[in-house]
Amino acid sequence: MPPSDGGSLSDGIAAAGNLSDRFVSGIEATVTLGGLVGGSSLGCRAEGLRGRSVLVWTRDQLTAALALIELDGIARRLVLCPSDFSFEHLPFLVDAAAVDAIVSDLPSLGPDLSGVATFIKCGPKIVPANYDRGVRLRTEWILLTSGTTGQPKMVVHSLASLAGAIESNGASPSPLVWSTFYDIRRYGGLRIFLRALLTGASLVVSSTEGCMADFLIRAAAYGVTHISGTPSHWRRALMSPSAHRLAPQYVRLSGEIADQAILDHLRSFYPHATIVHAFASTEAGVAFDVTDGLAGFPAGLIGKTADVEMKVEDGSLRIRSILVADRYLGGQAKPLSGADGFVDTGDLLELCNGRYYFVGRRDGVINVGGLKVSPEEVEAVINRHPQVRMSLVRARKNPITGALVVADVILATPLATLNGHAGKLEREILQLCRGALPRHKVPAAIHFVGDLPIAPTGKMVRQPCVTSS
Amino acid sequence: MSVRSEIIAQFTQVAEEQDKHLAPLADDLELVNSGLDSLCMAVIVARLEDSLGVDPFTAVESAAFPVTLGEFIEFYENAAK
Repeated sequence: MPPSDGGSLSDGIAAAGNLSDRFVSGIEATVTLGGLVGGSSLGCRAEGLRGRSVLVWTRDQLTAALALIELDGIARRLVLCPSDFSFEHLPFLVDAAAVDAIVSDLPSLGPDLSGVATFIKCGPKIVPANYDRGVRLRTEWILLTSGTTGQPKMVVHSLASLAGAIESNGASPSPLVWSTFYDIRRYGGLRIFLRALLTGASLVVSSTEGCMADFLIRAAAYGVTHISGTPSHWRRALMSPSAHRLAPQYVRLSGEIADQAILDHLRSFYPHATIVHAFASTEAGVAFDVTDGLAGFPAGLIGKTADVEMKVEDGSLRIRSILVADRYLGGQAKPLSGADGFVDTGDLLELCNGRYYFVGRRDGVINVGGLKVSPEEVEAVINRHPQVRMSLVRARKNPITGALVVADVILATPLATLNGHAGKLEREILQLCRGALPRHKVPAAIHFVGDLPIAPTGKMVRQPCVTSS
Repeated sequence: MSVRSEIIAQFTQVAEEQDKHLAPLADDLELVNSGLDSLCMAVIVARLEDSLGVDPFTAVESAAFPVTLGEFIEFYENAAK
């Protein structure tokens, strides 16, 4: 359970007990929680960071995990930089978040940081802590999301909002080992990080440097029982022969729309696992879990969730709860929620036979001659074809209708071995689309590709939609 | 395949895919009377860009929009030169 009011993350981990048997494992080291709770990965220099605004920027996720555990309750503010964070944004962050200390495992931070008083090198090595953690501060946790201006948006959370409504594991007969494909410095990964550590489980963190197969092998070696990622992470994972090494009890999807194809695929691949898809966003927090194995969610869920209020307005999901972030940081930042406290997620819903289905993002809509198409709704249909492993629908400029939709598709069969079957598969996929979608949503062209780019967020890379209305 | 025959082939194929009744293809056929709507024309233009490598609608500035099939073919033949 989350730490009681006023407690720090370190206190919460200790309260979850069984410290000597639990661990956090990264690509370079594994640390037991017993050594961690009474130790320091910052060479005992954390005391000097009391009340400071600390930017944590590490190459290694385990190193970041150790620093965050040590600094929550000591620092006034923690700014979490994910692995793909770019040097060019550093001066902006330092200024906007009033950063006066940096904790990093990087050898050099490049640009002029004369305004930052303290630089502390961190690593995965733990030494016994010889300082008193003293009175716990209510540390602000700053998460970065991609902004429209090119600069990252800074979303302010607290440990209470990040760790709120985390369910305890109950009386599990065996120790749980969580893992996530997400970077733990992004919302989806951070929730898993906190969930594991505050509920008495262990954690295996991913690495941006290793490949998918390496991560799956490492996760399997540590006996991962519970694992989360985006649908794109999972589609990638299931294309790897190493996916068979995992034997999870619990598989979780969030961050993108979980279509029926990926849910069914995971169900048949991991027949003994509970498959759960969840709605969450950095700003709105976690709203709900869906456990019935079906895409979308029952309409009756709205108004029925205990801690989360939901409503649908102008077609998009709005959320108000204790898990919603506090605000955006920065002088020019817009309010994060409306006057009524609801966050507009920008995720569009469609009601069909008593169930809401996510159709896409408001800012991703393609305008085909005045008619709207969400790429995700077309992808969900294409993904139903048994030969399709993954697809990306995008806009193609067109002089007649402004735009058309086209699809890039990864097949189960390698491209080189298609042997003239490409035309037949293309016709089959288009036939599937014509049977399920209005004409303007049917792709004008299908391109078979070997790979599709996935962003460091775990989501598919989508082009900015020049023709959205 | 010539520009003309490629265009005729795409008109025929798209009409079939989109379940449209295509009028007999003659050079003086006005495109608005061809049986194809704007979505069909958009798909044809996209496919022709792939097969012929040109999109005269965006390549040529302030070009008069072709009204008949013959003008449409000529439009592409000029752009492909």
